[in-house]
Amino acid sequence: MDDLTPSNISAYTKRCFLVLLGVLCGTLAMVAASFAPLNSHGLKIALILAVAAVNATLVATFLMHIVTERKFVLIVLGFTVIFFVALLGLSSLGQFDHPRIVAPK
Amino acid sequence: MEIPYAVKPRPDTGVYNAKLGMWLFLASEVMLFGGFFSAYILLRVGAPDGTWTRGLLSVPLGTLNTCILALSAVTTLLAWAACKVRDLGKFKFYHACTILLALTFLGIKAYEYSDKFHHYQVLKTDGTYVDGHFVDARYVDATDPQQERVLHGFKGKSFKEGGKQFNLASVTLNGFEAETLKEINEPMRGHKHEHKDVAVPAADIRKIGNYGPAHNTFTAIYFTMTGLHALHILGGVLVIAYFWGPGSRMWHTEPERFTNRIEVSGLFWHFVDLVWIFLFPLLYLT
Repeated sequence: MDDLTPSNISAYTKRCFLVLLGVLCGTLAMVAASFAPLNSHGLKIALILAVAAVNATLVATFLMHIVTERKFVLIVLGFTVIFFVALLGLSSLGQFDHPRIVAPK
Repeated sequence: MEIPYAVKPRPDTGVYNAKLGMWLFLASEVMLFGGFFSAYILLRVGAPDGTWTRGLLSVPLGTLNTCILALSAVTTLLAWAACKVRDLGKFKFYHACTILLALTFLGIKAYEYSDKFHHYQVLKTDGTYVDGHFVDARYVDATDPQQERVLHGFKGKSFKEGGKQFNLASVTLNGFEAETLKEINEPMRGHKHEHKDVAVPAADIRKIGNYGPAHNTFTAIYFTMTGLHALHILGGVLVIAYFWGPGSRMWHTEPERFTNRIEVSGLFWHFVDLVWIFLFPLLYLT
């Protein structure tokens, strides 16, 4: 966003508030989904996290300007995503390492 | 000595050094929070049935904090945009908004923490529970049972005052009684327990404790993750306040470098917002 000038700042401000509106709508959608009468709790969690991911994408793409960022930064972020997914994936697989604990009486 | 590439982009990376430094720092932060999110998943998936607390946190307050942080992300961006078009007045205004919003966020978080420290759970000797907010505790003098103290804070099973020992006689909570832990930890959506004052004699108490970090696995990970996030907010607001106050002197000598500093601090602030976007649904809604 190096091309910001007094002439296009109002359009930029408008875009920022549109992103904010999107994030707020997403937040309300998450809250609504948490109260939705779904039988599967797993499905509910997946739905809520999907909306959270959309919100995060909006913030990262437009507010952090990733969409216009330099290639070098994108490479750094790409590696970060790979390591992050590996971290979550490997530790999530760890749950299969031990038998399930039984609830105390 | 002049610091190179503080304003102009480095030819090989395409960005100025501070910006690249911030992105690398944020990459390490992603891994830090990633570790905690992994811990959360493992703890939650491995929790025995009925022991994972749901519905404990206030959804309206969490939603409000999400909105506040999202709005602060926009004001910090508008502060940077004001710098870009050389409008110091607007920069000051938007940054002041960011600081106020951040402090509001921390204030709400502090209220939520305080609420958890006043929320108690009693395991009775018959295996049933009483769960609710602390009303008072009645203590009696060990040598003269007629002498009693009614305290609005819990001081353990006994305490000493003026050379006398006072033993706990009873605890009153404003809440409800439950047969099982599952009844407390997994309330049905839309179902509210009827709250009333419940007095529990000391002889009937097997275990008593508040919903602090040591209460259970959920509160431990809740306080750890939100505490770490709050520390990031605090760090961010200190930096933003510095740029709003004494740090803004640079504006008059090196406006472009100052603008870059605002952009870099803004990147950090958006990251803090990003983390909360996932913390809120994980801890409050699921």
